Amino acid sequence: MSDEVTETPQEPTATVEAPTRCGVPVSDSRGQVVLHPSVGDWVRVVTELFDQGFHVCVDLTAVDYLNQPVRNLPAGVVPERFEVVANLLSHAERQRVRLRVQVPEADPRLPSIISIHPGVDSAEREVFDLFGIAFDGHPDLTRIVLPEDWVGHPLRKDYNSGRIPVQFKAPAPSR
Amino acid sequence: MTVTDSQKMAYVAAQAADARVNLQFETEDGMTLNMGPQHPATHGTLRIVAQLDGEQVVRCEPIPGYMHRGYEKLCEVRTYPQVTTLINRIDWLGSFANEVPFILAAEKLMDVEAPPRAQVIRTILFELSRLGNISLFLGDLGIQLGGITIGFYAFRDREFVLNQIEAATGGRFHPNFDRIGGLKDDLPKGWIAETHRAMDRMRRLCDEFEELVLGNEIFQARTRGIGVIPADIATSYGMSGANLRATGVDWDLRRDACPPGLSYDLADWKVWTHPDGDSYARTWVRLQEVRESTHIVDQLLDSIPAGPIMAKVPRIIKVPEGEAWVATENPLGEMGYYVVSKGDLVPFRVKIRSASFNNISVVPWVTRGVFVPDVITIMASLYFILGDIDR
Repeated sequence: MSDEVTETPQEPTATVEAPTRCGVPVSDSRGQVVLHPSVGDWVRVVTELFDQGFHVCVDLTAVDYLNQPVRNLPAGVVPERFEVVANLLSHAERQRVRLRVQVPEADPRLPSIISIHPGVDSAEREVFDLFGIAFDGHPDLTRIVLPEDWVGHPLRKDYNSGRIPVQFKAPAPSR
Repeated sequence: MTVTDSQKMAYVAAQAADARVNLQFETEDGMTLNMGPQHPATHGTLRIVAQLDGEQVVRCEPIPGYMHRGYEKLCEVRTYPQVTTLINRIDWLGSFANEVPFILAAEKLMDVEAPPRAQVIRTILFELSRLGNISLFLGDLGIQLGGITIGFYAFRDREFVLNQIEAATGGRFHPNFDRIGGLKDDLPKGWIAETHRAMDRMRRLCDEFEELVLGNEIFQARTRGIGVIPADIATSYGMSGANLRATGVDWDLRRDACPPGLSYDLADWKVWTHPDGDSYARTWVRLQEVRESTHIVDQLLDSIPAGPIMAKVPRIIKVPEGEAWVATENPLGEMGYYVVSKGDLVPFRVKIRSASFNNISVVPWVTRGVFVPDVITIMASLYFILGDIDR
């Protein structure tokens, strides 16, 4: 996987208008609305979206952009190593909203939204387990899919995927 | 560092497991019952730790992870066509349905659309995998509640569906048939008439199930009013699929947010909901879903258009940079893939949002205060597949 970036995917029109929603930059990802709150705005934006009818948190996950400085981000959003991605759904309006929060590597933590969406309990534990991003305010932030004594966070890009050494047969002794 | 409730429970359960018993009478909080990881009522290796006060559950917590296979990490070192082989194994009863959202996400990123014939056949196979999955639920629920007969009926009639899947794809459980831009092969000769016959069989199974199980007094006594989940709890816990519809929420991704690439709009069908939200409602909604699904298949079989089954895609698939989220209504609920591509042969990140993982997060809420046998009813009617929880 090369780290070289040959083309910039930023569209010039997106930077000119800079639309916002809930006070944070908005971009469009193949027909889906994407909000880019900062770590400080995270809980406020989720609460405001909940009041607008986005009652379901379908998914909460993270992406590790190690050594990937250029991304599809609107102007004003500083790319960081980790990105927590949440998908919210409104049954009434039949709409989806995706939230992408940039989480710095130096301080990988984010306020928990478990008080708004209790269903993210296991999702936040999974992100903590596999990415090592802590969620402040989560009542039971422990590993969920890996054993408790596991070392490291496997979905980070610098975590080796590992392999089992294959033992080939020794050549047959020649007589 | 404070010790949380579930850590304490896990510790007690581990001690019990060390002592080779599943029941510890004298713990700080009454009695602790440890079900699993190997237990007949868990479809795999889910461990359930329940704190009991007499015969009632004080707190019950599912502990997943015994079957975590790390698919999300493995997907990062596989090319796009290779990934479908892996994700077949997530929900192993409805395998083809696992492939579809991933393929649709890759198609979305590549801006490719499958030809109409491939879309219709894809939808038919999607529904067949739903039939194979939910028909086993109907039989399995009977088995777990003590009625073995319906289990045999379900296994018998599921074979007709699996035979059709095998005839079309070559694999009974793991078809690996969906391709970016279409399908691997066209349908074999005589498949359409045979599938119509299989659909008749499934409808007959539904009638049998209704008479044998749903109308049964014992079944009703064990499921009605057991494990009631209100609509607001279901939505706030991110439940989806039939579990959500059984709480009265009229939401089906096939009708409400069907991604392009599936042709549900060609068929005339109905989304069933039930207002009760209890175990009976979840069973009833799934039974109606099987019926509707057979009607969808019947209608689509008669409307397969002629034409190619593959769009023009390059031989070596490189997906352009970007990210896409595609979710479809799988047999267990909403299954979504968040695919991040960096323009490489392999995906940069694949997040698999499986329905069961969210559906069981409601278990601690719904099992408070229920009796021990009802835990089995609730877990069975919530219907999860362990591969779908642990991925």
